Amino acid sequence: MTDVISIFQNIPGIAIRAIVVGSLVSLCASLLGVTLVLKRYSMIGDGLSHVGFGALAIASVLQIGNASMAISLPIVMAAAFILMVLNEKRRMQGDAAIAVLSTGAIAIGTLLYRLSDGQYSQDVCNSLFGTSSINLLLESDMWIAIGVSVVVLTAFILFYTRIFSVTFDQTFAKATGVHVGVYSMMLAGLTAVTVVIGMKMIGAIMISGLIIFPALSAMRVTKRFKSVMITSAVLSLVCFAFGFFLSLVIGAQPGPAIIAVHVACFLICSLIGWLKTRKRARMSRSIIVEPECVDKMK
Amino acid sequence: MAILTFENVGLAYGGVSVAHDVSFRVNAGEFWGIIGENGSGKTTLMKALLGLIPCASGRIVMGEGLKPNEIGYLPQQSAIQKDFPASVEEVVLSGTIGYRGWKPFYGRRERAIADGNMEKLGLLPLKKDSFQELSGGQQQRVLLARALCATKKCLVLDEPTTGLDPVVTAEFYRMVREINKNGMTVIMVSHDVEEAVKCCSHILHLSCHPLFIGTTAEYKNSPVGRKYLQENAL
Repeated sequence: MTDVISIFQNIPGIAIRAIVVGSLVSLCASLLGVTLVLKRYSMIGDGLSHVGFGALAIASVLQIGNASMAISLPIVMAAAFILMVLNEKRRMQGDAAIAVLSTGAIAIGTLLYRLSDGQYSQDVCNSLFGTSSINLLLESDMWIAIGVSVVVLTAFILFYTRIFSVTFDQTFAKATGVHVGVYSMMLAGLTAVTVVIGMKMIGAIMISGLIIFPALSAMRVTKRFKSVMITSAVLSLVCFAFGFFLSLVIGAQPGPAIIAVHVACFLICSLIGWLKTRKRARMSRSIIVEPECVDKMK
Repeated sequence: MAILTFENVGLAYGGVSVAHDVSFRVNAGEFWGIIGENGSGKTTLMKALLGLIPCASGRIVMGEGLKPNEIGYLPQQSAIQKDFPASVEEVVLSGTIGYRGWKPFYGRRERAIADGNMEKLGLLPLKKDSFQELSGGQQQRVLLARALCATKKCLVLDEPTTGLDPVVTAEFYRMVREINKNGMTVIMVSHDVEEAVKCCSHILHLSCHPLFIGTTAEYKNSPVGRKYLQENAL
């Protein structure tokens, strides 16, 4: 315990930076996750993070590790738009397109890391499993995270009703004059940015968990869109706080610790959801078998 | 004046022509049944009417102040996500999106419209219930209420009773007839000829081109109508 306190005392600036970046990324990912999961786009986050890994490799070859976001952001954005267009046009099956992009990016990324003379294994490890030390988070990362979350939150507040409509029934939304394509692209773009920022802390392999877990957990316990959104955001923040604290206590990387807490949270929510369904099923059974029905049956 | 005029409409799907030379006029308050077999182009025609796809040739003219995004659309059951987490109220309210402008949230007017339509269809007791936990018939009623929120003039139904049991189907048609009697123009796409003949005032029988256009009474006595109704009865 004293270790933890000393961590905060010795490097308060860096710890605050990590908490700010982590919370904001968790918040954005959880909101985007609800629509992505419901639109059956869960794997897009996963595909994009692998593309991000490839992009980081390019940055490492070019030896601009500090400004890696300048490289990875446009690449991941482009990949997101390509995936969305492929999905809309149905030129290629969406899931196959994601697999092609993500495995391709991993292969090229790994080769590029091999070719660069940097610390190969350390770099690969950091980009796959998340930063081993929060010291690696730069102040610029924090400002970018703040900027992005302002954009994501504003978009969700301004377009909340339209996002609901597009997510629930795209055809109806289109027939009522909503520009469905614009919203799909907006979601893709925001997801790309969130993935790129989150990847540095959580790691390319696990960042999609940050998008998918809160939405899934929330849907286990609540059945209305607005409450799913709010629950997802709250769960994501709580899991981040627990996970980050856990990582400090056991001295592990924050990424795996945070995702492990999400897994535990999902299991708890599933249990609660299961108990709720059972209770309701029992109640509806008792409603159906009313005395007069039984009389009639006789 | 006609609320909808189809002028030599030709339709293509993926570059292949699926319907051609479709010309007919829908007057306000009529109940049209667009019938035909699978692949007859009826669903494509409906998509063109909703503005989801362009006409390959000809045009669809709207009259009586009907705007393209003010058609209430009830999609096929299979097109809806059954496990979507949303309350009945949230789904019905989403019908008001077309004429709400850029307000980020639903206002008093939208809520009043949604409440009115939920009341009309007996959904008010279910208002806060979860859409995914409703029965198929109830879900269909919720979607009908949503479609009514999107329009005051024209309703488009796409195979509305597929997957519903006979009792629920009958109840559904009763509600649609009631809505039609109150002045709503209804256009229903269906492969169920018998039901269409029972409740529609006019029939368009499509098989890539119109085989019959006219009133239901005329259809029943036409060679096409007699042939199809007989085949269905067998």
